[in-house]
Amino acid sequence: MSGIPHDHYEPKTGVEKWLHRRLPIVGLIYDTLMIPTPKNLNWWWIWGIVLAFCLVLQIVTGIVLVMHYTPEATMAFASVEHIMRDVNGGYMLRYLHANGASLFFFAVYIHIFRGLYYGSYKTPREVTWIIGMLIYLAMMATGFMGYVLPWGQMSFWGATVITGLFGAIPGIGPIIQEWLLGGPAVGNYTLNRFFSLHYLLPFVIAGLVILHIWAFHHTGNNNPTGVEVRRGSKEEAEKDTLPFWPYFVIKDLFALVVVLAVFWAIVAFMPNFLGHPDNYIEANPLVTPAHIVPEWYFLPFYAILRAFTADVWVVIAANWLSFGIIDAKFFGVLAMFGAIAVMVLTPWLDTSSVRSGRYRPMFKSFFWLLVVDFVVLMWAGAMPAEGIYTNIALIGAAYWFGYFLVILPLLGVLERPTTPPATIEQDFKAKVKAHAKKSGPAPEKIPAE
Amino acid sequence: MIRKLALSALTALTLGSAPALAAGEGGHIEDFAFSFEGPFGTYDRAQLQRGLQVYTEVCSACHGLQYVAFRSLTDETGPGLDPDVMRAYASTMQVEDAATGEYRAAGGPDHFPPSAMETAPDLSLMAKARAGFHGPYGLGINQLLHGMGGAEYIASFLLGFTGEETEQGGAIFYENTAFGGNVSMPPQLEDGLVTYSDGTEATPEQMAQDVAAFLMWSAEPHLTQRKLWGFVGVIFLVLLASLLYLTNKRLWAPIKDAAKHS
Repeated sequence: MSGIPHDHYEPKTGVEKWLHRRLPIVGLIYDTLMIPTPKNLNWWWIWGIVLAFCLVLQIVTGIVLVMHYTPEATMAFASVEHIMRDVNGGYMLRYLHANGASLFFFAVYIHIFRGLYYGSYKTPREVTWIIGMLIYLAMMATGFMGYVLPWGQMSFWGATVITGLFGAIPGIGPIIQEWLLGGPAVGNYTLNRFFSLHYLLPFVIAGLVILHIWAFHHTGNNNPTGVEVRRGSKEEAEKDTLPFWPYFVIKDLFALVVVLAVFWAIVAFMPNFLGHPDNYIEANPLVTPAHIVPEWYFLPFYAILRAFTADVWVVIAANWLSFGIIDAKFFGVLAMFGAIAVMVLTPWLDTSSVRSGRYRPMFKSFFWLLVVDFVVLMWAGAMPAEGIYTNIALIGAAYWFGYFLVILPLLGVLERPTTPPATIEQDFKAKVKAHAKKSGPAPEKIPAE
Repeated sequence: MIRKLALSALTALTLGSAPALAAGEGGHIEDFAFSFEGPFGTYDRAQLQRGLQVYTEVCSACHGLQYVAFRSLTDETGPGLDPDVMRAYASTMQVEDAATGEYRAAGGPDHFPPSAMETAPDLSLMAKARAGFHGPYGLGINQLLHGMGGAEYIASFLLGFTGEETEQGGAIFYENTAFGGNVSMPPQLEDGLVTYSDGTEATPEQMAQDVAAFLMWSAEPHLTQRKLWGFVGVIFLVLLASLLYLTNKRLWAPIKDAAKHS
């Protein structure tokens, strides 16, 4: 499967040969598990496994929850309480599922920023990156619709606000909004279709995940140096790589279990910390909550959405240039989706010839500023949309777009990158030696490189 | 009086130091020390039984508890009523029969009746719906150590009436420091309002905390089991992580050794 030369599965016994001629599934599993993986992957590379685990966790807990949940507007809230009180272990199932969504997004954000730092989006991995972005979009849709299902106050009003975004599209907006909701306002028909789609999308995600893994197995993993594995011969490739099993499976499992220990502690000791208290009040179309706040993982984009008020000059300019078609609300919606679109386009916006941020001194500072920007936007999104918070969100949004649309293209021209090591093997040796020196004097031969 | 002064002083302090927050919520919540806070916290059975008494004799006149089944009052980690006591208690309540639509005495499988008064919210989940401890800096560590703050809100609310009354459109509203404004519910608790069978003195502070603890239980009846799961899971995962750490170290040792000595 991979372009990196390595040993392939050879059926030995009669049964294996019989099956292999008809369906080479054992070979497929073997090649997938034994994929040559760069030796020098660091701990930022463990989040893929965490994400795969999250998907399985959400599907398994979700399927069991559905056995006890009633997708009907007058019964949904009570059926969730039934799960919390009467179903054996139901409270753990639901808390695992609700907090599992948070772990899913936490992991995906680290995974995305890891890709942004080490240039994992760059050629030849653009398709892996784009499929990843599609997974992220599908996750957002799934997370949003899942939050509606308990039919609490935030479920109801969150659904009202988010579907209202589509209503801001000039002309066809109201039609799209009504189509999404299944009626003129959020109601039982909305709950029904969101339930249906919330059940469907995870399987779409599973399919996309297979494509995502297939794509990077074809190109080979990126690694912290961004230097490609040598592919001249199997011997050469083996100097740069190790098989995924057992070396990276065990490493990833260790990291996964450490993450799960923290996750489990949150689920068992503070399970409601990431949820909104208002969602323990049944949905009431007649009472609007004081602040409608989406789940934490949407906050950065929610902040961008609200940042562009009618008095911002770009909004005024857009309004004037489009003869009034683009108003502040629609501009905000465009900005929110644009903030994700620029991420999708990163492979073509980054003009640098060096892949890994490790060898790009200027890029590094801008990258870390982007991480800070993301956190600041998340904070601003949780604050009321007034006064200083809107200004902070606006500055944050400006940097977000500036990073992708101006800084990344310019850096490739302006920056003088340092020289990456010639091979992954070299980087791995340097790392191991540096670590050995730090952890105390061990009897060592004189390095002969 | 001193308590009220201290309360208003605290309110003034918090309002003064955090004007941004004051604009939003404003109310002052006293941080009571409940037995169910922190990773090791469990419900105090005697307190839940006292709280049930306050709920029955005071709150239930207007409020409901529709998601709580009478049978759950026998929960070992909850109020722990004897099954016979529970059934006798249930039979004093009237519920609507789902099959016949007629009212009859409740039994163990039935739920508490919903609110008798339309404007009085159901209290089953109030302790979670009024959770407010998200600090410090929104990191939520307080939820781990000091609970969610919902029971604190309820107790502070019951004790937070200043005595100020305002008339608005024919209805009387009562100023409440926990709410941070006027509410339509009149003050309820006064000394000796109920008579506790365990001899505990029924001060307003005592009753407020007892009923708040009971409502925390009614909102989160499986809290103790959940924390038990937490300890079992975390201990298991830490052990598994240690074993995987050692496995990983051993697995990579020859690879790293070779890299070191080449």
